[in-house]
Amino acid sequence: MTYQIKVNGTEHSVDADEDTPLLWVLRDWLHLTGTKFGCGIARCGACTVHMDGQPLRSCTLPVSAVGTSEITTIEAVEGPEAKAVQEAWVAHDVPQCGYCQSGQVMSAVALLREVPKPSDRDIDLAMNGNICRCATYVRIRAAIHAASEKLGG
Amino acid sequence: MAAADLTLSRRAALQGAGALVLGFLLPLKGARAQGARPVVTAPNAFLRIAADDSVTVLVKHIEFGQGPWTAAATVIAEELDADWAQMRAEHAPANVALYANTLMGMQATGGSSAMAESYDQMRVVGAKARAMLVEAAANAWQVKPAEIRVEKGVISHPPTKRAGRFGQFAEAAAKLPEPASVTLKDPATFTLIGKDRSVGRLDSLAKSTGKAIFTIDIHEPGMLTVVVAHPPRFGAKPASFDATDALKVKGVVAVKQIGSGFAVYAENMWAAIKGRSALKTVWDNSAAETRSSDQMFADYRALAAKPGRPVGTNKDAPARPLPQGKLVEAEFLLPYLAHAPMEPLDGYMLWDGQTAKARFGSQLQTADQGAIARVFGLPMEKVFIETMLAGGSFGRRAQTTAHFAVELAEVAKAIGPNKPVKLVWTREDDIRGGYYRPLFYHRLQGVVAGGRILAWRNQVVGQSFMKGSPFEAMMHDGVDPIVTEGADELLYAIQDFRCEAHYAESPIPTLWWRSVGHTHTGYAVECFVDRLLEEAGQDPVQGRLALMGEKPRAAGVLKAVAELAGWKGRAAGNGRARGVAVCESFGSFVAQIAEVSIGDNGEPRVHKIWCAVDCGRVVNPDIVRAQMEGGIGYAVGHTLYAEVPIVNGGAAIGNFDEYRSLRINEMPEVEVVIVPSSEKPTGVGEPGVPPTAPAIANALAALGRERPSRLPVVRRA
Repeated sequence: MTYQIKVNGTEHSVDADEDTPLLWVLRDWLHLTGTKFGCGIARCGACTVHMDGQPLRSCTLPVSAVGTSEITTIEAVEGPEAKAVQEAWVAHDVPQCGYCQSGQVMSAVALLREVPKPSDRDIDLAMNGNICRCATYVRIRAAIHAASEKLGG
Repeated sequence: MAAADLTLSRRAALQGAGALVLGFLLPLKGARAQGARPVVTAPNAFLRIAADDSVTVLVKHIEFGQGPWTAAATVIAEELDADWAQMRAEHAPANVALYANTLMGMQATGGSSAMAESYDQMRVVGAKARAMLVEAAANAWQVKPAEIRVEKGVISHPPTKRAGRFGQFAEAAAKLPEPASVTLKDPATFTLIGKDRSVGRLDSLAKSTGKAIFTIDIHEPGMLTVVVAHPPRFGAKPASFDATDALKVKGVVAVKQIGSGFAVYAENMWAAIKGRSALKTVWDNSAAETRSSDQMFADYRALAAKPGRPVGTNKDAPARPLPQGKLVEAEFLLPYLAHAPMEPLDGYMLWDGQTAKARFGSQLQTADQGAIARVFGLPMEKVFIETMLAGGSFGRRAQTTAHFAVELAEVAKAIGPNKPVKLVWTREDDIRGGYYRPLFYHRLQGVVAGGRILAWRNQVVGQSFMKGSPFEAMMHDGVDPIVTEGADELLYAIQDFRCEAHYAESPIPTLWWRSVGHTHTGYAVECFVDRLLEEAGQDPVQGRLALMGEKPRAAGVLKAVAELAGWKGRAAGNGRARGVAVCESFGSFVAQIAEVSIGDNGEPRVHKIWCAVDCGRVVNPDIVRAQMEGGIGYAVGHTLYAEVPIVNGGAAIGNFDEYRSLRINEMPEVEVVIVPSSEKPTGVGEPGVPPTAPAIANALAALGRERPSRLPVVRRA
């Protein structure tokens, strides 16, 4: 089956089985490898992308369900929130192994777009779908607060 | 005796194992003489200074989060007087002659040894490179080297007011003879080493923008993606398969039987996964494990009732009856644990019949290189490994048997030469795949009288880390020292001490897991000493300190953490209580205090952990803090939630829905103090882990719950 999907502002024609998860289309068809595989059952958040601006676990969304929605991946996430989050991530040296951090960043950016000045509880709710086995959570929290400050939230 | 005790550490074990691995697995000339291997300090082996002034350090340790790239670059930049902005890092190629771990004799990362084994070496590399740049500049300017200064990447000759940068002298410097000796800096003049936030991690930006490339991200023309069907029960072997349905899946190219299972080759990962689901498999279960975790615990408990092999302190003394006094008994049951690094095991291989080029997160490069050479029947020097950034390890990639490198090579060999393959384990492969932290059983007896601990008995039962692996020759008199490290000698002066080990057998493969023996001994010992001090009517901090006369660094971190937390006893108010624990591992000392309550959901809630660490001279204080934070989080999650239950010889769970991992809402606040030290640097990747579980358990005891005798604390129904 051929699907037309819009990723990072570009239309792509993808020949894939209808049940192929968006994650593998991004990675193996489009070679956008910043989005990571961690569990395949939407329990770890490593595969988080934005669909029409909302965070989404791409490992369980079949390509056939993308439709006309616009997909944004870590390679193209932009805007003041993305800039503030990524700068805060570097300033706080958040990453250790770094493998989950694309997903963490995508979730954090989506949070700050919705809630400019998140409380710790807001952060818990928005970020608890993203596992970090290195347990960089202390710094993720600090970096989100710092990014919020920078944005004037 | 401290020095002798260190020889029982994993680091020392690996040191000897290096000889074994090299001697038996590797067809490399000269490798057998690893004991006498010279420490290479040639700048040309470790540094690449480019015309653009960038200084790239070829780091021999794999970077999977613990910061060896940044640490090596910090040490070299310090002695080189480089500007931090010009520093870069990448992995060194697999080459044991140049990049051996100086403590292990093979190229390897582990035992929290990166700084411990390379700090002096990297300082000399940096100082030699500086001397060579100075000499090159002196030659170019026709001035005396002694008059040349180097500061923040600028080489200058003040008398003639000349100045230049590294890039313009790099080529000439690289051709100069390596200086025979160099003078290292006085640590008092350091501007980078030990200076908080003087440098940022070299890999933070790439890892925050999705640009860091991991093994799973490799795509090459014509590459096939491969998943392997592994047996459901441990110890089973592949017998036969029917690929009719699997080959009908669009994108599936081939199915081959290999030693570890059946390999499904496909044009992409999804096709490989679907093909594997459609594959019909038959397994030979004749040598498979049949038991369940509960049965194994029962077997271990029965073993512990018999005399074991005496280990550690007093091991040669005859067994004595327990003295008079109050007898306190406890048992601790610790489950199999998966490492579950975020990036499951994966690897890329291109074999052309003459050479094999592998790219993956190799942690024991020399062992992996030898294993790949054996599979292909190639000489070692025809096997090339490009070490990739890896999404975590926690011990999982340091494989005594090189089982993943073997599987990768067999996958490439089975499909034939000149077909690049990327082998990827799914999360289920990872959680169900074994190589776990072994299941352990501890039986403890103590006698308390007159407010003092009079006697200590500990029976430890679990699988050996080394037995049956190429590391087995490290076992002397049948003793695997890392099984009981942390339990066979205490930080506490208890004269009537005895520890006995029993090595259990199972086809379930096991492996070291972040902090190795200390993952279970730290729990048993620190829970039990706390229990005995409680019985003796002593404060957990003061009581420990009173027994630590011969362990000043342990006492130092305990005092430091008590001060940091404002320790006033176990009660903390607001329904919270505090517990303390202190462990020595890998030459570093860590003490922690946990503040815990019972949450609304009935589960323990860890609010905060205070942590004091003494790891000798510190290179990057912020990386030390990060490793304490991460080690604590890793320990909290597994203590509270994690177990791989074995049912009928196989893992009963396979993903994060059931292998519960710590999440951000469960992460405690962490406050770290680094105890100043001028001792030689020791590691931080693992030592943050061991004290956390017992500190939590001891806090639970103060809340009126018993110290959990079986982990995890929150057990599945």
